[in-house]
Amino acid sequence: MVARIQSRSGRISGHPWLLRGLSILLVLALWEWAGTIPVSIAFPKFSETIVAFVEMLGDGTFVAAYSETIPPLVVGVLLTGIGGILAGIAMGLSPKAQWLGLPLFIVLQASPSAAIVPLITFIYGIGFAAKVFAVVLLSAPVIVLNSYRGISNAPRSLLEMSEAFLASRWQRIWKIVLPAGSGLIFAGLRLGLAQGFTGAVLAELIITPTGVGDLITFYRSTADYAYMFASILSIILLASVSVSLLQNLEKRIFRPEMRPA
Amino acid sequence: MTDPPPTSPSLPLSSDTGGRSREAAVRVMNLTKEYPGGIRALEGVSFDLPRGELTSIIGPSGCGKTTTLKIMAGLVEATAGDVLVDGSPVRGPGPDRAFVFQDFALMPWATVLRNAAFGLELRGVAKREREAVAREYIAKVNLSGFEDAYPHQLSGGMRQRVGLARALAVDADILLMDEPFASVDEQIRRKFQEDLLNLLSDEKKTVVFVTHSIEEAVYVSDQIVILTRGPAQVSKVVRPGIDRDSDSQSIRRDPAYLDWVERIWDELRDYLEG
Repeated sequence: MVARIQSRSGRISGHPWLLRGLSILLVLALWEWAGTIPVSIAFPKFSETIVAFVEMLGDGTFVAAYSETIPPLVVGVLLTGIGGILAGIAMGLSPKAQWLGLPLFIVLQASPSAAIVPLITFIYGIGFAAKVFAVVLLSAPVIVLNSYRGISNAPRSLLEMSEAFLASRWQRIWKIVLPAGSGLIFAGLRLGLAQGFTGAVLAELIITPTGVGDLITFYRSTADYAYMFASILSIILLASVSVSLLQNLEKRIFRPEMRPA
Repeated sequence: MTDPPPTSPSLPLSSDTGGRSREAAVRVMNLTKEYPGGIRALEGVSFDLPRGELTSIIGPSGCGKTTTLKIMAGLVEATAGDVLVDGSPVRGPGPDRAFVFQDFALMPWATVLRNAAFGLELRGVAKREREAVAREYIAKVNLSGFEDAYPHQLSGGMRQRVGLARALAVDADILLMDEPFASVDEQIRRKFQEDLLNLLSDEKKTVVFVTHSIEEAVYVSDQIVILTRGPAQVSKVVRPGIDRDSDSQSIRRDPAYLDWVERIWDELRDYLEG
């Protein structure tokens, strides 16, 4: 039984890297082709972009830019990661916290954050704190709301089971509610991390021209489009890799049942 | 016993109607359950569970069988009436009762071993000790070798065996089973029924077994409580007294067994048509 299921899933996921590689190659080939038409003078070929990318990687441009971008991102995501999950859990467990917090985060999630980001300067100026705040603003709603949903949608049958087997309130939360909600909580964390990248770049584009946001703005103004695209590519790569790493970490540490045995 | 409802046909269903002086481990007394909105699920349901016997609760679907069982478990509060376990009224779940759920209620993130040991884990039994007990019951329900598997790797029948092992591991005197085989396919179901009977004959437990299968009720039970359609009342309490010393194939072909299935079916049919 166990072996049969494993072999079935093994067949489906037998050559994932081959497929992924093909898909990436296809997109890059289309990009290269679109660059030769050309679609626009502001649209460089992939080959030009990758040359610019390697150059910026080699001469320390990226290192300098990301040493500006990453610290507020990390601080912001850690703050919402910890605070947001705790807030979401509190809202899922206590009707009072839910009443207090839920409307705020629903409004925040629905509102176009880019419109709020400029307001940050009035309160936090244009420094580190402003960037952190932008990251928090974008990543908090999805982290809080996912945690809340994960907690409040604990399966009734498992709650009843824990009650029948005499779980205390604390045991019920710790052994049933939290593990049952962890899937949604981690999904929120991944989405929140992705949103955090958006927040960091938005802050650098709108508030303080520093870091990778500044690279993008600068090369646009000097019409070095290959460099501009290389900067954009770098932040997309970094965001995708971080989100995948977080997912792997989740599987490795928290979801033994999802690991292939 | 409540009076039989007036529609009850005068069938010779009377090998015993519960009046004999067996010692009752559980007494269900005059249970009434009304859900918000005035929907009445139970009305004056009373019966006794003789100690060490297996009692089935059977009736038309949606008639309140599960509600009755959950009130006995202390998971649902009765609007009126009482359940006495060894003479003291049930006020909530207790260590004297263990529950087997229709939908298994296994934690998908936990192994078979941890699921089976979960009742003991909640009681604060040390890991080594509770796992030893759980292993013993996993072996008794024929799941040895699957200790480290996760529920999604098991078939429905195997999952319910885990649910049974979990309930047995806490060593409660009373086992409450809510349609335990409802999600298990027919072939496995028969095997499971036989295994259950063998297992219970060693364990000396008082068992309540909710089912909608008449064959299952007659095959496994010492006593059958037949409920009418909602609001549920006790229609009859019967004791088929099938001789289970012979093998299962001959029991299922035994005229007495078939006769009981037919009689209970007649009894229930009135409520289905009425």
